[in-house]
Amino acid sequence: MIALILRELRLALTAGNALLPPIFFLLVAALFPFAVGPDAPLLARTGGGALWMAALLAALLPVERLVEPDRAAGLLDQLAVRGIGDESVAFAKLAGHWLSFGPPLMIAAFPAAALMKLPGDILWRLEIGLAAGTPGLAALTVIVAALTAGLRGTGALAGLLILPLAVPILIFGAAMVEPGGGGGAVKLLGAVSLLLVAIAPFAAGAAMRAGRD
Amino acid sequence: MSERPLLKLDGVALIRGGRLLFEGLDLTLAAGEAVLLTGPNGVGKSSLIRLSAGLLRATSGTVERSGAAALADEGLALDPRQPLAQALGFWARLDGGDAAAGMRAMGLERLAPVPVRMLSTGQRKRAVLARVIATGAPLWLLDEPGNGLDAEGLERLAAAMASHRATGGAILAASHQLLGLDEARRVALA
Repeated sequence: MIALILRELRLALTAGNALLPPIFFLLVAALFPFAVGPDAPLLARTGGGALWMAALLAALLPVERLVEPDRAAGLLDQLAVRGIGDESVAFAKLAGHWLSFGPPLMIAAFPAAALMKLPGDILWRLEIGLAAGTPGLAALTVIVAALTAGLRGTGALAGLLILPLAVPILIFGAAMVEPGGGGGAVKLLGAVSLLLVAIAPFAAGAAMRAGRD
Repeated sequence: MSERPLLKLDGVALIRGGRLLFEGLDLTLAAGEAVLLTGPNGVGKSSLIRLSAGLLRATSGTVERSGAAALADEGLALDPRQPLAQALGFWARLDGGDAAAGMRAMGLERLAPVPVRMLSTGQRKRAVLARVIATGAPLWLLDEPGNGLDAEGLERLAAAMASHRATGGAILAASHQLLGLDEARRVALA
């Protein structure tokens, strides 16, 4: 299991994709003030929500390379022959995917918050929210990557499948970074995230198994 | 025979894509035995291999396996960016096997530092077979193992299969070539 997680992490890092999510995140943070204007109170009010949308889309970036290349290369078959359950493989993918984008995003949130002129307490709530919410985003991405493996032109389809499911994370995540938000939202965010993480190995594993017939 | 067979198919039928590939198929493979599956394209040889590997479920009948199996099919399942030795080493670590022995058996030592994506078709096939050899699994399931191999590669494959059977292994191979399994049982699917 650890070998599988390490492999996922190595793939994410060596493919040159590891920098993509945080760079994308920072890009949004850099562009957003240009779009809405350098009005500090307005940025502080809306910036957190914009960063959450950026985080959601950043999680979605590697959706096409999470499962499909392994399926096409017969790697999922080879693991199954060895008696390694599809659920374990899916969990390893979830863990590897989260490790490759969750913590980098939390680091990128510091300069992003500076670009948005977010006050310190909102930055902390954003960080806590990202820590609680990104596992859920990773879980969603893995589920959808497994569901769409083997189909052609999955990018747009994957987006359509993920976005409605990601709405609860976005709502509670954004509620946390509203001025005066917090308490209740973080619990609901954690609950949604936990639920997705718990479902993901089984849903993605079942999808990978079904894709074999 | 006292020990359990490594692979036992009992009255197996398989329907794929609405088409009956075979039914009432019985096959027993004990230690030291080899079976060569023959038959025209599309008759279900690969499906039977995947069925034996546990990747497909039989529509009816039972598939029993005792012990681990190693599968060689058209899937490379090696990370294209990694050097060959490392890519095979990943599987050897999972299996507790010996990647170097597999590479030696297929004559791949010189290619150890070469990234997998640079390998030719025949070299990739050798790498897939080297992984099978490295697993140490008693049952080998080989789907067209001779495809793309040159004469030397075929010889190495035959030698590896002979020594595997001599040490108590069993082989189920689907191929149009003889692969040096001349005296093996033939099962013709039609």
